[in-house]
Amino acid sequence: MSTLDPASESSGITADLFATPERKELRATVRKFTEREVVPHLDDWERAGELPRDLHRAAAKVGLLGIGFAEEVGGSGGDLLDSVVMTEEIIQAGGSSGLVAGLFTHGIALPHIVDAGDPGLVDRFVRPTLAGDLIGALAITEPDGGSDVAALRTTAVRDGDDYVVNGTKTFITSGARADFVTTAVRTGGPGYGGVSLLVVDRGIEVVRRLEKMGWHCSDTAELSFVDTRVPAANLVGPENGGFALVMRQFQVERITMAVEAYATAQRCLDLTLAYVRTRETFGKPLVKRQLVSHKLVEMAQRTELARTYTREVAAMIADGRECVAQVCFAKNAAVAACDFVVDEAVQLHGGFGYLRDAEVERHYRDARILGIGGGTTEVMAELAARRLGYTS
Amino acid sequence: MNIVVLVKQVPDTWSERKLTDADHTLDRESADAVLDEINERAVEEALLLKEAHGGEVTVIAMGPGRATDAIRKALSMGADKAVHVSDDALHGSDVIATAKVLAKAIGTVEGFDLVIAGNEATDGRAGAIPAILAEILGLPQVTQLRKVTVEGTTVKGERETEEGVAHLEASLPAIVSVTEKINEPRYPSFKGIMAAKKKPVTTLTVADLGVDAGEVGLGGAWSGVIEASPKPPRSAGQRIDDEGVGGSKIAEYLVGQKLI
Repeated sequence: MSTLDPASESSGITADLFATPERKELRATVRKFTEREVVPHLDDWERAGELPRDLHRAAAKVGLLGIGFAEEVGGSGGDLLDSVVMTEEIIQAGGSSGLVAGLFTHGIALPHIVDAGDPGLVDRFVRPTLAGDLIGALAITEPDGGSDVAALRTTAVRDGDDYVVNGTKTFITSGARADFVTTAVRTGGPGYGGVSLLVVDRGIEVVRRLEKMGWHCSDTAELSFVDTRVPAANLVGPENGGFALVMRQFQVERITMAVEAYATAQRCLDLTLAYVRTRETFGKPLVKRQLVSHKLVEMAQRTELARTYTREVAAMIADGRECVAQVCFAKNAAVAACDFVVDEAVQLHGGFGYLRDAEVERHYRDARILGIGGGTTEVMAELAARRLGYTS
Repeated sequence: MNIVVLVKQVPDTWSERKLTDADHTLDRESADAVLDEINERAVEEALLLKEAHGGEVTVIAMGPGRATDAIRKALSMGADKAVHVSDDALHGSDVIATAKVLAKAIGTVEGFDLVIAGNEATDGRAGAIPAILAEILGLPQVTQLRKVTVEGTTVKGERETEEGVAHLEASLPAIVSVTEKINEPRYPSFKGIMAAKKKPVTTLTVADLGVDAGEVGLGGAWSGVIEASPKPPRSAGQRIDDEGVGGSKIAEYLVGQKLI
């Protein structure tokens, strides 16, 4: 199959940052890992509804789980740009955004623990997770709440050396497999000032596995805590200081979803290009029709624009620059590009594109969540509006 | 145990491989350059032996500046250091000149016990370097192996041919070459990739190695390419529609081709 390798095709100034000798080598390793360890099994995992723990260990062995985490906490080193390269290549080599969600859930479950810096929590949760031995999840959303972190209702009441946790969390990625859940709880009064982060590592009741439109290989659960006693030592950062911890990490989660979006678009473009070159109708390949080739150009153009801008914003985040509005732009633009491309990819595959056998069919379903998870397109627009002062 | 692995950067087998019009040497610009796959296996075998017996793995490559990419890959997999012989005078060297230079380069690695090479490169495909090297260095050669073990000061290997499997051994130091059945190479881990940046690479010219520049390169080559032309495109086959006599028509065709 012909592939448009973004690393070699794009020669922009930002693109060069993603094509250093080390990042090219990383891309090659990720591609090989994906082709060997993921692609032959992905259909089985989609049917099973979850990823096997062996995959976490295999990914840890080549250092992929630890990318973006310092070696001092058991990581592999590297920064956000290395994570971007890895995410791109997993999807472009035949993985999927669902696989990224399930295999790299620790990308949202661990950073707060690392940030807070408690060596006890790092040893108990960060190291074993980056070694592939534990699976962590992040629980913020509640059945009644959505993205409104300041309004969450799950409570954690101090009782001696423990917190007693009560409440329900939903849409929890890797929640059915999780050994521990970094959980946003209310330890204080109403509003954002009463929110803490607590690692719940026992008494996690899976109310039910949630069946989804896509991301089938990534298990999602509704969790419930009923008088669950958690050691007070599991508190992440200061009591009632959880809101800032949660908000700070949203940046990386959102930019990663933008990467998943344009990488999915690139993969679907590659698959579609290969298909329309071989598929003949009325005596000639589809690609020979101007309508089709111009459609491919539009798919490539939107993908390239989303990639270039998202990479630029990722580089800004890695550089520590303030870019909250830009992250919103990147996520919404990449999601829009992805929505367009996966739809056209299915269309150009014709009847085959509607079959489970077609990879683009899976990407089409998987892509729908990208404009919802990590903050919906509407929440992104609202956040950008406030940040830019477009509200008065 | 100190092991030397010989590696070569070759044009990717998936890309179009061409000779230049000017001197019929490899057109390195026309194709993506990669570490030859058989060398990944050679490096893997060296790393497995190192893991079992300790010691150090040194990679040696001869090639132009960009061969550093192939060297970096070997270092990313876990080799400890590298020697890169790079000199414009080497352009167009044949196997004998290459072996002479590699022999000198191997000589710069103190106290080596074993040299591992691939059985043949995917570009030149001469498959002669390990044997010529053994001759020059006066070392035993155990070539075309699908399995390598080291016991004390002896290297043992299995060579598989169409006639069967030969069990061979030689005393160290020795030169072995491995086939694609030897192992499944690891891919570089992220830590390995980052660590490779800091590993020592010694770059040497032919003068550094004490080799006379006149003995190497196109001028010093014992063989030369006089002419090269691309393989002609495949012509369209003959189509036979089966109307009950398809079988005999195919037989007629094969008889015509003197195939039956």
